[in-house]
Amino acid sequence: MREAKQPAGGPFAHGGGRVDRTMGLVLLALLPATGYGLYLFGWPAINLLVVTVLAAALAEAACLRIAGRRVWPTLGDGSAVLTGWLLAMTLPPWAPWWIGAFGAVFALVFAKHVYGGLGQNLFNPAMVGRVALLISFPLEMTRWLAPRPLMTEGAPGFLEGLEITFLGGAPADAVSGASVLGHVKTELSRGHTVSDALAGAPDRIQMALGQMPGSLGETSAALLLAGGLLLLVTRVIRWPIPAAMLGTLAAAGAAPHLIDPARYPDAMVHLLSGATLLGAFFIATDYVTSPATLRGQLIFGAGCGLLVFVIRTWTGYPEGVAFAVLLMNAATPLIDRWVRPRVFGRTARGRPLDHAATLIEERAGG
Amino acid sequence: MLTAIVSLTVIGLVLGAILGIAARLLKVEGDPLGGEIEALLPGTNCGQCGFPGCAAAARALAEGRAGVTLCPPGGRALVGDLAAKLGVEADLSAVEEDVPRIAFVNENLCVGCTRCFKRCDTDAVIGSAKQIHVIVQDACNGCGKCVEVCPTECISLRPQPVTLQTWHWPKPPLAA
Amino acid sequence: MKLFSIRGGVHPKGRKELAADVAIAPVGLPPLLRVPLLQHIGTPAEPVVRKGDLVKKGQLLAIGQGMVSAPVHAPTSGRVMAIGRYVAPHPSGLPGRTVTLKPDGQDEWADLPPPLDPETATPEEIAERVADRGIVGMGGATFPSAIKLNLGGRYDLHLLVVNGAECEPYLTCDDRLMRERADQVIDGILSMRKALGVGRAIVAVETNKPRAMEALRKAGAGLDGLRVVGVPTRYPMGSERHLVQTLTGLETPARGLTADIGVVVHNVATAFAVHEAVRLGRPLISRVVTLSGGGIARPGNYEARIGTPIEALIAAAGGLEDRTARLILGGPMMGQPLADPKAPLVKGTNGVLALRPAESGESAAQQPCIRCATCVSVCPCGLMPLEMAARIRKEQLDAAVEHGLMDCVGCGSCAYACPSRIPLVQLFNYAKGRLTAVQRARHKQEEIKRLARARAERMDAIARAKREQMDRRKAERAARKKAEQTAPEAAAEKRDQETVDA
Repeated sequence: MREAKQPAGGPFAHGGGRVDRTMGLVLLALLPATGYGLYLFGWPAINLLVVTVLAAALAEAACLRIAGRRVWPTLGDGSAVLTGWLLAMTLPPWAPWWIGAFGAVFALVFAKHVYGGLGQNLFNPAMVGRVALLISFPLEMTRWLAPRPLMTEGAPGFLEGLEITFLGGAPADAVSGASVLGHVKTELSRGHTVSDALAGAPDRIQMALGQMPGSLGETSAALLLAGGLLLLVTRVIRWPIPAAMLGTLAAAGAAPHLIDPARYPDAMVHLLSGATLLGAFFIATDYVTSPATLRGQLIFGAGCGLLVFVIRTWTGYPEGVAFAVLLMNAATPLIDRWVRPRVFGRTARGRPLDHAATLIEERAGG
Repeated sequence: MLTAIVSLTVIGLVLGAILGIAARLLKVEGDPLGGEIEALLPGTNCGQCGFPGCAAAARALAEGRAGVTLCPPGGRALVGDLAAKLGVEADLSAVEEDVPRIAFVNENLCVGCTRCFKRCDTDAVIGSAKQIHVIVQDACNGCGKCVEVCPTECISLRPQPVTLQTWHWPKPPLAA
Repeated sequence: MKLFSIRGGVHPKGRKELAADVAIAPVGLPPLLRVPLLQHIGTPAEPVVRKGDLVKKGQLLAIGQGMVSAPVHAPTSGRVMAIGRYVAPHPSGLPGRTVTLKPDGQDEWADLPPPLDPETATPEEIAERVADRGIVGMGGATFPSAIKLNLGGRYDLHLLVVNGAECEPYLTCDDRLMRERADQVIDGILSMRKALGVGRAIVAVETNKPRAMEALRKAGAGLDGLRVVGVPTRYPMGSERHLVQTLTGLETPARGLTADIGVVVHNVATAFAVHEAVRLGRPLISRVVTLSGGGIARPGNYEARIGTPIEALIAAAGGLEDRTARLILGGPMMGQPLADPKAPLVKGTNGVLALRPAESGESAAQQPCIRCATCVSVCPCGLMPLEMAARIRKEQLDAAVEHGLMDCVGCGSCAYACPSRIPLVQLFNYAKGRLTAVQRARHKQEEIKRLARARAERMDAIARAKREQMDRRKAERAARKKAEQTAPEAAAEKRDQETVDA
C-alpha cells in the first residue's frame, strides 16, 4: 500500500471530460452538413474529403514520428482528422486531389507541428491551409459549380469521379456558376447593383438549404446551424463567439444596406453565404486559437464578424472568413493578456479589495 | 531626387544628433553593476564558481564572462535574483535541483582540531579544541572549505534533510 | 433567506449514500496511540511529559508554543513509551515529532477544569478555554480556533457562520454529527457566539443534507439570531470565503480574512468540540471521521481517539476490499494521498477514503492542454488555471504569481474539469512550495551574508588590534633604542635606577 517515491496529488475525482470525446462531438456535428455537401456534389467531393482527411492524418503521424513522440494515442485524439475535415469543407468540391493533400499537409506541418503540436499553435491550422491554397492556387480554389446531386441526371459516376479528382478531368462544361458572394462582387465591379446581381442568384431559401454553388461543406446554412446548436447544447462550445460573430456581421451588413441597398447586400446574404456559419460555429470557436474568457471571446467573435464584413465589402476577395479568423487568432494572446476575469477578493485592476464597501460601490458603479 | 537626398540627410543628421546628445546626457558613470551584483552574492568567497572570491565573480558577471548559474551555494534563489538584475532569462530547470548542501561532521572521526572552526567564514562550526565540532545548519551555506582542511576527512557535504516543514510537492510529470 | 451566487464551481458525484445513513460508531483502543505534536497550523507543541510517565486521559502532553499553536492532550490513560519521530499523516510520509502512548485500558480521566456556563462566562474565559483544550479547525484547515474566537476585539464583527456545508464528496461525518448531536452543536455555537460578541449566527448546510438541517432547526428552535440555512449543493461551497459570499454577498478581500468583512467562520465539528470543552472541560482528544470509498468494506462514520493508526480505523471498518485502492485523507477533491497507513488520525482528519481507480478517475492518460478554458469557467476564484500552468511548466513562477497563483485556494475544480487531465493542483502546489523554498533560501542567504560580514569585521578588528599592538611595541622598542643611542648616559643611569629599584 506504500506510495511510490513521487506521490501524485489530487483531486481524486474527475468530471469525465475527454479531448477525443470533444473532437468526436465536433465531427458528429459536422456530419449533416458534410453529408449533404457530399450528396450535392457527388463522387468527386467524396474523393476529395477522403484524400484531405487521410493526408492530414498521415502528416500528423509523420510529424509526431519526427518529433520522437508516440504516434498512436496522440493521433487518436482526433484533432488532425478534424483539421483535415474542416479544410475539405472549405474547398471547391471538384478540386483536384493535390489541392486537398497540399492544404492538409501544409496545415498540419506549418500551422500545427512547427509550433509544437496540439494546443501550441497560434493560428487555426485548417484556415492556414485554406489561405495558403487560396494564395498559391487562386484558379483551382475559385472553380465553383452548380450542385449535381448523386444519382441524378448529369452527376458523375464513381469512375468519372475518380477521373475528376485524380486526373484533373473536370469537363469544361461542368465547371460553371459562381458562389453568391463572388457573383455579387463581380457584378458590382461591372457597375451593376446588388439587386441586379442577386436576381440571377439562388433565393434565400435555396441559400439556407444549400442548393447553390459553393464549397464542399459550406453551402447548407440550415444544417450547419443545426450542427452548431448541437455543439452548444452539448457544451462543446460556448455561445459568445458565434453570437458575437454573427451578431456583428449582421449589424455591420445591415447598416450600410439601409443607406445604399444598391451597393451593399443585406445582412441575410452575409449570414447565409460563404463560410459564415461554418466559421462562426466550427472554426472561430477552435479552443486553441481563441481567447479563454467569456469577455475575450465576445471581443474575438465581434472582431471576426467585423473583419468578415470589411473583407467582403472593400477588398479584392469575395470571401473573408479565413482571413478574419486568422487575423483575430493573432490578436488572441493580446486579448487573453488584457481581458481576464476579476479575481476573487480583488478589484478589476487586481488590487485587493479594501473592505466590503468598496465592492458594493464598484458593483453599483460598474 | 534632390528632395529625397536632402530630406534623408536631414533626418539622418537630426537623429544622429539626438543619439549623440542622449549618449552624453544619459552617460552612466563607472559601472555600478559589479557592486550591485556583489551585494547579491553570498560573500563567503568560497571559490566554487572558479573565480577568486565573490567580488571577482561579480565583475565577471557584470562583464558577461560568467553565467547567472555560477554560484552553487546561492541556489535557485540567487539565480533568479541575478537573472533579474542582469535582465537575462535564466533557465532554472537547468540548475541542479538545489536541495541546499550542508556540511556534516562524523562524530566518530572528529578529533577536535578546530581547523574547520577557524576556516569557516560564517561561524557555522561550533566547538573548541579537543571537542567534537557541530555544524549549525542555518548558518552553513555548503561552501566546503571545512571539508578541505579537515585532517581526518570527517566532514562531508550532504543535501540538507527535508522535513515536514520544508517538504513541498514535486513538479508532476507533464505530457509533452 | 436571499442567497448570492458564487463564480464557477463543479458538481462532482456526491457518493454520500455510502456512509450517510450509518450512525457514528466508536472505535476501540488500539495497542499504541501515536499523538503528533504538530496537528495544527503553526508552531509544533513542546512536550511536558517524559518517557515512562503515566498519564491520565485528557492530561496535557505538550503545550503550545508562540502565537499560533495548540496544546496536545492524552487521548486515554496509559504510559508514555517514547517521544520521538514517527510517520506523519502527510503525503510525503516524512516523520514528525510524536508522543507514543501505551493505553492501560482504564481510560481514566484526569482532573478537568470546571464547567463553564456560556451565559455567565466572559468572552475571554470561553476563548481561553478553547485555546487551553487544544481545539483547532476540524474541517481540515486545523487553524487554532481560539485565535479566531479572539477576533472580536480587533474587528467589527456581525456574523458567525457555522460551516456544515460538507461539500466534499463521500464525507458524511459532519452530516452525522449534526443529525445525532444537534443539541451539542447548537450549544457550542452559542458559546462561540458569546466569545465573538456577535448577535447573529448562521449554520450553513448544503441542501443535500435535509435531515441534518431538520435536526438543527429542532435543536435551535426558539433561539434568537440563530438560523439554519440550506445552501446550494455545489463544490466548493464549503470554502470559507465562498460560503460567506453565498450567505452575505460580501467578498473577502484578497490576502485578508473574512473578519475584514465582519464574519467569522467555524466548522460544525469545531462547534461540537467547543461544547465539550466549555460545558465538560474536555480537551479535543477524539473526533468523528468518515471511512468510505469503493475500497472500504463497511463504509461509515467512526468516532476514534486522536493518535489511532489509520490502518486500525480501516480494520474497524471491515478492512480493504480492494488492494489497488488509493488511500486518501480528507475528501477526494482536496484530500491528500496517505503515504503510510501506519500514520495516526489527527485533529484535522475528517475522512479516510479508499478509492478504486475507476472512482478516482486516475486511469486515463494525460494529454496536452487544448486551451478549452473549462478551467477558467469553473474556477471559483476568477483565475486562469491554464495560463498559470503554462507558466509553471516553463518554471516562470513569477509570471504565475502575476496570474494570481497566490489567490488560488487549491479547491481542485480546474483539475476535476480538465479534459486533458493535467495535474493542475499539483502544479500549483509545486509552484507555491517552490516559491516558499526560494524565499527561505533567500532569507538564509541574507543571514549567511550577515554572518560572513560580521566575521570578516571581527577578523579585521583582531588583525588591526594585533598590528597596532605590534606597531606599538615596535615604536616602543625603537624609542628605547633611540634613547639609548642619543643619551647613553641617561639610559645607563636609568638602568642603574631600575636595578636599584629591583
